[in-house]
Amino acid sequence: MSATTLSVGFIPLVDAAPLVLAQEMGFAAEEGITLDLRRAPSWSSLRDMLSFGKVEAAHMLSPVPIATALGLGGAGAPLSAVSVLSVNGNVIGISRALADRLRDAGHDFAFNDARAAGLALIAASGAGLRIGVPFPFSMHAELVYYWLSALGLPAPQSVSVRTVPPPLMGDAIRAGEIDAFCVGEPWGSQAVEDGMGELLLPGSAIWAFAPEKVLAMRADWAEAEAMLRGRLIRAVWRAGRWLGDPASTSLAAEILARPGYLDLPADILDRALSGRLVLSGRGEERSVPDFLTFHRSAATFPWRSQAEWIGLQLAARTGLDRTAAKSAAARVFRTDLHRAALSGLSASLPTASSRIEGGVTEPTAVPADVGQLILGRDRFFDGRIFDPDLA
Amino acid sequence: MSRPLSIIIVEPDRDRALLIVDSLRAAGDFDIQVIAEPTSLARQIQARQPDVVLIDIENPSRDMLEELALASGPQDRAVAMFVDRSAEGLSTAAIEAGVSAYVVDGMQPGRVKPVLDAAITRFRMFQRMRTELAETKRALEERKVIDRAKGMLMKARGVSEDEAYAILRKAAMDQGKRVADVAQALVTAAGLLG
Repeated sequence: MSATTLSVGFIPLVDAAPLVLAQEMGFAAEEGITLDLRRAPSWSSLRDMLSFGKVEAAHMLSPVPIATALGLGGAGAPLSAVSVLSVNGNVIGISRALADRLRDAGHDFAFNDARAAGLALIAASGAGLRIGVPFPFSMHAELVYYWLSALGLPAPQSVSVRTVPPPLMGDAIRAGEIDAFCVGEPWGSQAVEDGMGELLLPGSAIWAFAPEKVLAMRADWAEAEAMLRGRLIRAVWRAGRWLGDPASTSLAAEILARPGYLDLPADILDRALSGRLVLSGRGEERSVPDFLTFHRSAATFPWRSQAEWIGLQLAARTGLDRTAAKSAAARVFRTDLHRAALSGLSASLPTASSRIEGGVTEPTAVPADVGQLILGRDRFFDGRIFDPDLA
Repeated sequence: MSRPLSIIIVEPDRDRALLIVDSLRAAGDFDIQVIAEPTSLARQIQARQPDVVLIDIENPSRDMLEELALASGPQDRAVAMFVDRSAEGLSTAAIEAGVSAYVVDGMQPGRVKPVLDAAITRFRMFQRMRTELAETKRALEERKVIDRAKGMLMKARGVSEDEAYAILRKAAMDQGKRVADVAQALVTAAGLLG
């Protein structure tokens, strides 16, 4: 019997790894499927490819399916997020000139304190700060808005968040278009490598457990193709588990480096996978535990509360009705489909489908279907919590 | 009589841009501008307030246009991708042809259709040219590999060029492979043996 081929779109980023490795390491074959991985030129094109059935599933920014459900950014087909592909993995970088100003003002580039880094950035740049993000509907944009607003720099009044394609972040800094950026790896490290910028902070310092990319499919396809949907969720979950083992890092970097995938040197990709980031051309290195998470803490579980947080942030910024946005968002993250696909595996999934986001300040054991599940820290840098029942 | 539709084409390649402009002009009376430079794309477009924006789907700068969908002030005109239930066929055709269109909210589909039809036809032609070019390149590369493999066989087995090709062809037929693939395998193996 020949395997069923599923076409899956991705954007060349380190966090496309679960899809690439599902195919390359045979996790897809184990489920009797072959992934025809198609590299897309931009997020908007990938969303449209998915919407119009050119691909069956896609690597997608977690806010995109939610924005679609809220009628923002194109009016394509309803999309479902059936797994979280990765948690965290972004970096915030600044121009070298700005980095020099921060250094002169005594900032230590500790790379773990979002408050200190943010206040130093605001002091050095003042109002009119321009930050590049890859897409208007992205965790990058959400983290930047959350971070700077909490520190007293409200957007869009005092900060301009602009869309810049990831590979062009370095160029945009050089052209004086932006002062800073928030981008997924390897593009932050690449900007450092090209001498265009320095890294200021990992995204995880703003929100310790931010759902970054999801496995997205058309809602109607997900309903109609229950078997294939389940096989894909399982193959990707196994790839994530494999990626979660530090022993897999070098091989994963080598495979992702291939021309058909990222086509970049493996040692640059290795930085995000190993959590050892080089901040500047001077070679300062910082180790960030859980910089990019594929498996630990039930990372693949699409919490409804994560979707609700994103939906409410989008609603607040675009002036949509909060209650409607919250319930529309919750329907996008298909906790039920994720759970159904993984039942019978040794996956430790939480029995709850929603939680207080930002509420885990220390690793905590929670009730799980199978075995023991420890949830890692998920706090927001300012200590606020998001209780979906009260929001 | 309403004013002509204003259209912005985002296209870095000058020749391609001119071809698109020609196609659109043939389809009607439009006010057409071309933007080649991706720098501040969203703001350049906002400043010119077009009715329609056309951009190659392969252009990574396309994401910059998504900002336009979020009208941030009362003066801003929201731009949505042309996805309308009544025009679903048109949207699919556009995506297949490799062009994406952003159309100002509230525009009548009938006014935009001739623009999209012309753009789709033109982009289909680009796509055909791209495929043809890729095919030609591949054929040339395959011929180079086959020539190298022939040379290796001639040297190793002391045969003529025709005989060397016959050996390759027979091996290909026996293995159910293409001659170019057998030649590639030989060249790769020879490279490994040093």
